[in-house]
This record gives sequence, C-alpha cells and structure tokens, in this order.
Amino acid sequence: MAATTKKTKSNMDDTRDPIVVIDGVDIIYRVFSSGKLANRTNIGNKKMERKLKIREVHAVKNVSFTVYRGETVGIIGTNGSGKSSLLRAIAGLTQVQNGAIYAAARPVLLGVGAVLLPNLSGEKNIILGGLAMGFSKSAMHENTASITEFAGLEDFIDLPMRTYSSGMSARLRFAIATSRNHDILIIDEALSVGDQQFRKRSEARMREMREKAGTVFLVSHSLDSILDTCSRVIWLEKGVLMMDGDPKEVCAAYNDYTSVKPAAK
Amino acid sequence: MTLAEYAQKHGLKRVGARSPFIEYIKDSWDRRVFAATLASYNNEAADARNRLGRWWVVLLPTIQAATYGLIFGVILGAHARPANFIAYLFSGVFLFNFMNGCFQGGSNSITGNAGLIKSLSFPRVLLPISAVIRELLNFWPPLVLMVLAMLFTREWPTWSWLLVPVVILLMAFFSMGLGMIAARLNAQFRDLGKLIPFMTRIIFYVSGVFFALDKVLGSQPVIFAIFKFNPFYDFIQLTRSLMMQEFAPTLELWLQCAGWAVVMPIIGFIYFWKAEERYGRDD
Repeated sequence: MAATTKKTKSNMDDTRDPIVVIDGVDIIYRVFSSGKLANRTNIGNKKMERKLKIREVHAVKNVSFTVYRGETVGIIGTNGSGKSSLLRAIAGLTQVQNGAIYAAARPVLLGVGAVLLPNLSGEKNIILGGLAMGFSKSAMHENTASITEFAGLEDFIDLPMRTYSSGMSARLRFAIATSRNHDILIIDEALSVGDQQFRKRSEARMREMREKAGTVFLVSHSLDSILDTCSRVIWLEKGVLMMDGDPKEVCAAYNDYTSVKPAAK
Repeated sequence: MTLAEYAQKHGLKRVGARSPFIEYIKDSWDRRVFAATLASYNNEAADARNRLGRWWVVLLPTIQAATYGLIFGVILGAHARPANFIAYLFSGVFLFNFMNGCFQGGSNSITGNAGLIKSLSFPRVLLPISAVIRELLNFWPPLVLMVLAMLFTREWPTWSWLLVPVVILLMAFFSMGLGMIAARLNAQFRDLGKLIPFMTRIIFYVSGVFFALDKVLGSQPVIFAIFKFNPFYDFIQLTRSLMMQEFAPTLELWLQCAGWAVVMPIIGFIYFWKAEERYGRDD
C-alpha cells in the first residue's frame, strides 16, 4: 500500500492552491429491483424491502484526489465506470454516500441533453442564461452577438431551441456557459456531439480559461481530445481510481487495458 | 492532517451546501431581472404556439366567466345569489384564477425547468417568483373585463376603486409564498402533482367565488367563521367590498389580507430555501 500513502501526500500540497478536494467519496445508488428508486421515505419500509429486493449499485468507490488551480483534468474510463456520477457529485447534483467534496467556488456542469428553455429562441436563451449567471441585461445585449458567433449559430439564433440538433444545442450551451469565467467548469461529454471545427474552437477556449486560472474537468471518450487539452488525467474503472497523473502515461495505460481485456477473457 | 482539514485550511466549502440565508436573499435580489425576463419570454413563447396568440389572455377568462355564469346562474337557486350576480361572479372567477395560476405556476416551476436548473446555477427561488410575475403580466385583460362587468351592472366608480391595485399587490405577495411552498412540495413529492387539481377544485368551491357565503352559511356561525379565514375568500371579498355597493370593506378584512401578504411569502421563502441544494438532484 505504498502507493496509497504517496497519493494522500500529493493530495495535500500546501505550496499549491487547491480548488477541489475529493475526500474518500462513495456514491451508491439504491434501486429496488422493480426500478423504483429507494429513498428516505421507502427505505425503512420492511414489507417493501422484502417484496422488492434492493439492488445496490456502487458507482464510485472511495475516491480521493485534489485538483489545483489552473489544472485541466481529463477523466477517462469505460462506460459505466462512474465518471458521470463523480462529476455530478462534484457539481452537487448527486448525493455522496460517504466522504465529502470541497470546492473553492460553485462548480458549473455542462452535460449532454439538457436544453435550457426549449420553446424560446436561441437568442433569448443566451440572454436568460447570462442573466441567471449574474450579467446585466445591457451586458447581455452586447454579448449576444459574440456568443452566437462562437457557437456558429448566426443563421438559426431566432429559432426555438427545441428545433436545434443535439450538436447545435451543445454548442450554444457551451458558448453561454463559457461567456463568463468560471472557477470550476465541468464538461461531461457535452462537446462530443460538436463537429471538428467546433472542437478546435472549444479546446482553445478551455485553454484560455485555464490561463485565467480556471479549472476544467473534462469527460470524453476521445483520447485525442483529452491529450490535446488536459494537464492531468484520472482513470476510473468500475468506480475505483486506477491511475492519476500525466496524460500521456495514463492514456497509454488505459489504451493497453482496453485493448487487452477482450483477449484475456 | 486529514483532507477535510486541508480543505478547510485553504478556504474550500463543502459542495452542495446551500448558501446562508442573507446571502441567498441578496443573490436573489441581484438577479431579479432574470425572473422578470423569464416571465415575459415565457409568455411570448406560449403565445407563439397557438394561432390566436395574445388574444387567449382575454378570450379564456371571458369564456370561463360565461360558462360559470351559465352553470351556476341556472343550477344554483336565487337564494344563494348575491344581488349583483354578474359582477360577483366575474370578480370571483378572475381573482381566484390569478391566485390559482400562481399556485399552479409555482408548483411546476422546479419540475418544469429541469434543463435550466441542471445547466445553470442561480437562486432557484427566482423560478416560482417568475411564475407570479407571469401571472401579473397576464392579469390586465381579466382586470379590464372585471371593471367592465362592474360598469355594465351599474356599479359606478368610487374613490375606493383606487385601492384595488393595493389589494392586487397584497394578493401577489400572498400568491408568491403559496407558489414557493407548492414548488418545493411538488419537486420533492411528485405524487402531489396528481392531487393539485382536486385541491384547487375544493378551494374554488369554498372561496365564495359564485355564491354568497353569508346566504348559504348564515345559519351556521362556526363554519362561516372558518370559511372567512380562507385567504382566497378574503382577497376576493376585499376587492368586491371596494368596488360593489353591496359590500363594505371592514378593518378585519384588511388586516387579514395584509397578514396573509406578509406571513405567507416569509414562510414560503424559508421553506423553499431550506431545500435549495436538493432541487435538480437525481435522487
């Protein structure tokens, strides 16, 4: 267990400025086998527990790490390895079972699928999004053009957001969210639906954010994208932290793992 | 040193903990433009989807009042009817609709805006507040219709009509508190959403919208007293007493309405804030 002690030591570096501290986090989903989510109201119900077996899904197992100011952290792992669960917990959207997550500012999560207000035009979504983030209305009227341009949606900005393709809506959400500097931005595959051109632009913006001392978490299945943008990579497998360190090393190890596994079985 | 101590030493805060009460109020106030803009945009979007658009704001209350007039004017015997039934009915239906709209809008404000909540962080209380602003923006056509119904039935304007906006403001504050409570309840216990239609029905029938409470319950003073405590009845009756000769505003009514308008938003705000970190969570 020499590795563990070494890990905890690097988790508490007083010479650097920590932004997010993940302290022994467990995330467990309790689901009745019928699919009904177990919660406080029905978990003590013995009759129900006997009738419908509770399945425990241990999505994240005792994960600890510290992220410092200015880092861009890539998180990789196969499907169902707990990446999204961990990121949602960092954003405060999923409860942790054990341990705790500490952050210097409120993290902002960009996920796939979420549409802001589907019946409103892209332009109005930009204005509302900005107002919700604390911009003034006049500032938003000024910013709208540059956000639209960044998202590459000049021709569609007056259409309701429900008519957008998944790529278009992801681009717009990224453009809105990054129009303001966030201390902590979490991107959960939100960019995977964007095209090549947008990928380049968004990677540039993430680097920009990092230079302004923001911290970015990025989940992606594109190792190229991770290698291009991240300064550090964390590899999760079945909820366990497998490796944490230099992007090239971790990605290489992950590549070996995914290519060897089918043959071993 | 544990990780928790290390985090504390560097001033990190636990994720998901709600912000302190005063800070929360300040954050909400700073973003009040968001609530107002969201309300007006939502109105525009709702109008754009049907052909008559904005006209529905006028048409719907008219049709509604006509329907209730037909049903209750015919079914209900004259003994339960106040002298000026048309003005009584119009004011009852429109004012009830306003409060009911805030309640419904509030109860949907968290569950119906999941995309917004999951993508952006802002004080969630702005959503039920926005629902009330939306109702206020839509309230002028029914208000005009109500005044027309008064004039049509020979209730001539008096100085006390000028106090009606004050009552509407009090009513908006009361409804805001109601909306905040409904928002949290519906977000935490989705099953309640199924019961809301029945609740509003019951309130509709006990608030003296279409029959005169004193004529029906006059012989049972205890039940009458309980009914008079109902805030929906209080606001409707106070407005009527200011506009119709039949009724006179009492100090008791004013105090009750003012009380509801102060107490309800405070309770609602605190109740809503207590669960702030849980809105938008999956579990």
